[in-house]
Amino acid sequence: MRYSGLKVIKEALTGHKGWTPAWRDPEPQPRYDIVIIGGGGHGLATAHYLASVYGEHRVAVIEKGWIGGGNVGRNTTIIRSNYLLDGNEPFYEFSLKLWEGLEQDLNYNAMVSQRGVMNLIHSDAQRDAFIRRGNAMILNGADAEYLDLGQVKKEYPFLNFDDARFPIKGGLAQRRGGTVRHDAVAWGYARAADSRGVDIIQNCEVTGFRIKDGKCLGVETSKGFIGAGRVGCAVAGNSSRLMAKAGMRLPIESHVLQAFVTEGLKPVLPGVITFGAGHFYVSQSDKGGLVFGGDIDGYNSYAQRGNLPVVEDVCESGMAIMPMIGRARLLRMWGGIMDMSMDGSPIIDRTHIEGLYFNGGWCYGGFKATPASGYAFAHMLARDEPHHTAAAYRFDRFRTGHMIDEKGMGNQPNLH
Amino acid sequence: MIINHPLLGPRDSAEFVYLGTADLMNRPDPDTATPEDWHDYAYLRDNPAGTHRELWFHDGGDRSILIVTRDTITHEISAVELALKTRAEA
Ligand SMILES: Cc1cc2nc3c(=O)[nH]c(=O)nc-3n(C[C@H](O)[C@H](O)[C@H](O)COP(=O)(O)OP(=O)(O)OC[C@H]3O[C@@H](n4cnc5c(N)ncnc54)[C@H](O)[C@@H]3O)c2cc1C
Repeated sequence: MRYSGLKVIKEALTGHKGWTPAWRDPEPQPRYDIVIIGGGGHGLATAHYLASVYGEHRVAVIEKGWIGGGNVGRNTTIIRSNYLLDGNEPFYEFSLKLWEGLEQDLNYNAMVSQRGVMNLIHSDAQRDAFIRRGNAMILNGADAEYLDLGQVKKEYPFLNFDDARFPIKGGLAQRRGGTVRHDAVAWGYARAADSRGVDIIQNCEVTGFRIKDGKCLGVETSKGFIGAGRVGCAVAGNSSRLMAKAGMRLPIESHVLQAFVTEGLKPVLPGVITFGAGHFYVSQSDKGGLVFGGDIDGYNSYAQRGNLPVVEDVCESGMAIMPMIGRARLLRMWGGIMDMSMDGSPIIDRTHIEGLYFNGGWCYGGFKATPASGYAFAHMLARDEPHHTAAAYRFDRFRTGHMIDEKGMGNQPNLH
Repeated sequence: MIINHPLLGPRDSAEFVYLGTADLMNRPDPDTATPEDWHDYAYLRDNPAGTHRELWFHDGGDRSILIVTRDTITHEISAVELALKTRAEA
């Protein structure tokens, strides 16, 4: 069924009886050409691009819970392409371009809102660093704009400009950045993939791999064995757990990241703001809640909840740049499990096992990557070679010294 | 989380800096290690869901490094040792 304004009006006049489920609920077939593990944003996007761009139709997505129940439905929904390094920026810019055409491609309202992302600048050194970053973005075909103090004041007059410790000196803006309704991304990709024949199998956990003579023949699941020509893993925070079943150890640690939402307010915050002197980012959802977050808790965790020290730190950072946030009451907070990699950058690659492919290590920035990650992983699964925008995201970069370490932190996952 | 420091008693985990798995104490022997050993040591992690032995540095305290045994699913801490003592006894 195609969604359109006309259809909404027709249904409104006829009692909304004509809507059908957005995707089927099939039982698994004995065998697929390609099986994708993980019905998060990345797994579902991979299925969509496999079917729509690469002509693969015998594809299944296997999800242990319900689609959208993982990080894709838990994040703070910020999209941007403001990376510095050559290994990253073309990929994230490709992703932003895919976001720009996403709703037409999927025929689904994902509420892509290019309301702009602004990184605040607090010192002269930071201004130099951000201008360098802006130039790197522009060189890679993205947009970036340096704003002086007066311009920031005009757009965000309520910020704490004259703070004694972290006065605001300017900002780096990416106007094409913004937010997207996160679970609509999962649903939109699922519906589009399903309409091209992809089976989305929920409540089915992958419990192991069938590997013979170095070749992956399929997956063992709670609904029995499912044969596959190729298997792609995209399970975010559960990457190490899943790949251990194939005997692999990954350059990844799992950490919890928390997010926070206040009660609904009238429009107060036009775009996305990030603090340059601490880790804090905030936007206002279309329902009116202020959505914000900060650092990961910093220790290995598979619990989808965090602890109080980080809650305090995040709220203090919020108060430091935007004191009016103190007037809002917190409505909800939750946690999601991040696949923190050793250099802070992701992996989209084949493994040493024939027919087994891996997508992970997204840290806390994988939502914005969803379209490009799906596209590049589909390319890898269909063609057995990396997509040109994701060519640096290989396992062997830790062996060869080609780390993509945006923050220059080294192999300390909780610092990325 | 409260970490029961063997010398200082119960301390808030916020006083500590988390350093990662206690496997990092088993550094390869520089005389015999291959590049592959160093790669595995520096970059690969077990990252288990469940019991995890890990290093916490008491930055805001006595600056000792503790080996904490903690469940990564429940955050429950079952044992705390001084890393120096454990290494000396090993
Ligand atoms: C609080 C928070 C805030 C964030 N904010 C941002 C942000 O503002 N911008 C941004 O770009 N990124 C952000 N992120 C990161 C982003 O959400 C993730 O990097 C991204 O969603 C991960 O990819 P995914 O959607 O495929 O993961 P998920 O949605 O987690 O999908 C993985 C799926 O695999 C399934 N699975 C696991 N094991 C198995 C198994 N054995 N068998 C079958 N299925 C299995 C899980 O149930 C899950 O549904 C944030 C994350 C969190 C938690």
